[in-house]
Amino acid sequence: MKEKLVLVGNGMAGMRTLEELLAIAPDKFDITVFGAEPHGNYNRIMLSPVLAGEKTIDQIMINDLGWYAERGITLHTGQEVTHINRARRQVYAADGTMASYDRLLLATGSNPFMLPIPGNDLPGVIGFRDIKDVETMLTAAQTGKHAVVIGGGLLGLEAANGLMKQGMQVTVVHVLDTLMERQLDPVAADMLRASLEERGLRFLMGANTAAVLGEERVRAVRFKDGLEIPADLVVMAVGIRPNIELAKQAGIYCERGIVVNDTMQTYDPKVYAVGECVQHRGQCYGLVAPLWEQAKVCANHLARYGIGRYQGSVTSTKLKVTGIDLFSAGDFNGGSGCEEIVLRDPARGVYKKLVVKENRVQGAVLYGDTVDGTWYFQLLREGTDIGAFRETVLFGHAHMADSGREGFSVMTMADDAEICGCNGVCKGTIIKAISEKKLFTVDEVRAHTKASASCGSCTGLVEQILAATVGTFDKTPKEKALCKCTEHSHDQVRKTIREQHLTSLRAVFEFMEWKTPDGCHSCRPAINYYLISTWPGEAQDDQQSRFINERVHANIQKDGTYSVVPRMWGGLTNPKELRAIADVADKFQIPTVKVTGGQRIDLLGVKKEDLPKVWADLNAAGMVSGHAYGKSLRTVKTCVGSDWCRFGTQDSTGLGVKLEKMTWGSWTPHKFKMAVSGCPRNCAEATIKDFGVVCVDSGYELHVGGNGGIKIRGTDLLCKCATEEEVKEYCGAFMQLYREEGRYLERTAPWIERVGLSYVKSRIVEDEENRKALYARFLDSQKFAQVDPWAERASGQVDAHEFKSLRRVS
Amino acid sequence: MYEWHEIGALEDIPRLGSRVVNTPHGDVAIFRTADDQVFALRDRCPHKGGPLSQGIVHGHRITCPLHNWVLELESGQAVAPDVGCATRYPTRLEGGRLWLGLNNVVSLPTTSPEAA
Repeated sequence: MKEKLVLVGNGMAGMRTLEELLAIAPDKFDITVFGAEPHGNYNRIMLSPVLAGEKTIDQIMINDLGWYAERGITLHTGQEVTHINRARRQVYAADGTMASYDRLLLATGSNPFMLPIPGNDLPGVIGFRDIKDVETMLTAAQTGKHAVVIGGGLLGLEAANGLMKQGMQVTVVHVLDTLMERQLDPVAADMLRASLEERGLRFLMGANTAAVLGEERVRAVRFKDGLEIPADLVVMAVGIRPNIELAKQAGIYCERGIVVNDTMQTYDPKVYAVGECVQHRGQCYGLVAPLWEQAKVCANHLARYGIGRYQGSVTSTKLKVTGIDLFSAGDFNGGSGCEEIVLRDPARGVYKKLVVKENRVQGAVLYGDTVDGTWYFQLLREGTDIGAFRETVLFGHAHMADSGREGFSVMTMADDAEICGCNGVCKGTIIKAISEKKLFTVDEVRAHTKASASCGSCTGLVEQILAATVGTFDKTPKEKALCKCTEHSHDQVRKTIREQHLTSLRAVFEFMEWKTPDGCHSCRPAINYYLISTWPGEAQDDQQSRFINERVHANIQKDGTYSVVPRMWGGLTNPKELRAIADVADKFQIPTVKVTGGQRIDLLGVKKEDLPKVWADLNAAGMVSGHAYGKSLRTVKTCVGSDWCRFGTQDSTGLGVKLEKMTWGSWTPHKFKMAVSGCPRNCAEATIKDFGVVCVDSGYELHVGGNGGIKIRGTDLLCKCATEEEVKEYCGAFMQLYREEGRYLERTAPWIERVGLSYVKSRIVEDEENRKALYARFLDSQKFAQVDPWAERASGQVDAHEFKSLRRVS
Repeated sequence: MYEWHEIGALEDIPRLGSRVVNTPHGDVAIFRTADDQVFALRDRCPHKGGPLSQGIVHGHRITCPLHNWVLELESGQAVAPDVGCATRYPTRLEGGRLWLGLNNVVSLPTTSPEAA
């Protein structure tokens, strides 16, 4: 028999939990839902646009009644739960409806706080919380003229803006001198107020409301100083209070909210709570992003996965008033040890402030230009070291040469503008999918539209579209789960592999309680990499967990044939190798022969069954695999250097060959490219490589973290050194640090941006002992890695089944 | 009606791996899952014709190597939200020997928008 789950509260947090639960354990529970409102589930954060007449109620419904029926969920709408009997595990609604539970989920949300002043219960005095309030306001707007909104916070301003759009004269009353003091600093608040006044809102700042006046219904508002203003409608938006009455009555421990632990359980472990009604680690949340995170954790625990903890949220806010761009996140007032980076351009109406502590973003306030809100929020959550781009950080992500953004708000683009160049997805298509399919996360948008599903460079644009369409910022957790098979992040998986000495995929799946029996195409290659890089020579390299290119040591092409790139050390070749390549191309009728960007020769269109024979012929001429297919050392590109070049300062070709001989065959989190240039003219383009050497008269400059490709990034200078031996040591140490700490599929460029150049320097340049240890570990792992995979397979001894069909049926 | 062909032994296919059988109707990919079940699909992804036999097998699913579409091995259907289907063929395991059932008529994929 199925267990019974009862959800009290048909709002966003509770339903999100159910959706997450149904996705991972669809058959675990018989589910009953009680909702006090007479509707299905709707997107409460979109009530402001409904009030402003920009959306209809229908457009903000998330699940209609049919949705519940299809999933076999019993839904009681318009029924408030009044009593819980925990001893019998039963809940009762006002009309006597009873439901018993094995697990109970409280998602009772919050109530608007009504100021305790005379007249606060008069007809025409309301909060701003649900569809009913919006309907009351819309009706009032048709008959009345004057509206007073008490509270100059986020909600109050959105209500005021909506009522003004409905034709009312609106006065916003705020007890303090600045608006939205919890989200804005005084400068931004004043800009906001000026802009809203221009639109026709009136403000009474520093005003203490004394009473609401009226007989049959509200007529006016009186302040402590005696001033009276007319009012046909009064909206109180001074704050929310977690709705904890029911929980308290049932004897569940509450403070300001229902107190929950990291798995969203109350003091009664059979009773869970999520959303605005909870208090977690002393914190109550009134924004949507934390609810998503809580819902996910709660669903996981209900499904008995037992993994995943909620550890609190960093929140960001955006004002949903059309035409006003405002964003705020984190601690924007600063404190001791904090610095402020400010850009202020009154003529353009732009104000940006970042609060920074030890080169890490603590908070942000943006007014007038919020394009980079998501980016700053990401820097904040990930604790990125911004030292390297601090001078330009306020000019935005576009300044970081990200091809995905061009310095304008994506929402100014036309609907037929292409957002995702890889998959040809237009802005209009994305918006349509978001609104029709009720998508809330970038992952969902990716799954449904394919936008940002390939190279990922347009992720920022997709996030912007999502933010503007849904009206909230994404809910990417601080540390992303590795994939859908687990809640654990890349770093947690790798740490566990090291600490628990796990040496096989099976051991990782068991120890870390994977949700799927044998992972998926995302996690298996990642774990396999973490295993072989952590325990070289000890962990089993699982061929079935390798992407096809690494499994058959060639690059799959769109027609199912393969390309073959033999290694040419430092880009050097000779007549014998070239003859062998020509002979192979003739013998196997290879249609295309091309020179690559990394100074190698690519044979394209090789049939899979020919691969071992092609390799045997290339091996015979002394050539080995070029690893052009792997997350591994690719090529070392060189210029001719001092042997021939009249400008050359060192033997760049020779050094390139030495570096390639040392590093070939090593597996890395993502591909790894090197170059050695013989002088600062830099003909080998060393400053866009993962590791680049620029020779100078006095020695060698070492550059790291460069990248051509999707998002071009010039290298950072790591250090200078004097001898080739030192170059090799720094090179090996740098590769090893990246191999040990870079996340799978993270190139050195984003890795260095994440951890900061100063960190890399501290481990490699400033700590000689550590550098030598890293170098030693690198050389040690190379003992197991430097085996030519082509020779093994050409011999027919390894993976022969890969290259032969099972049978031919005629 | 299916015509049954003996194609080899279970051990000829690695666990979580795949082998190809060449037939007059085109290549058929034979998959072996971790629990030693065997499935057969036409070796063409309904998306852009990628060779499914070269993908990664996980659970009872296969991920196409070209663009990461995921297909159900049992039905050949693409996992939502992608839509498409690879033709499936019956398999039998008898005394360690594998059999593949092929249609007498040429089978056509149900959807193959970009097959060419």
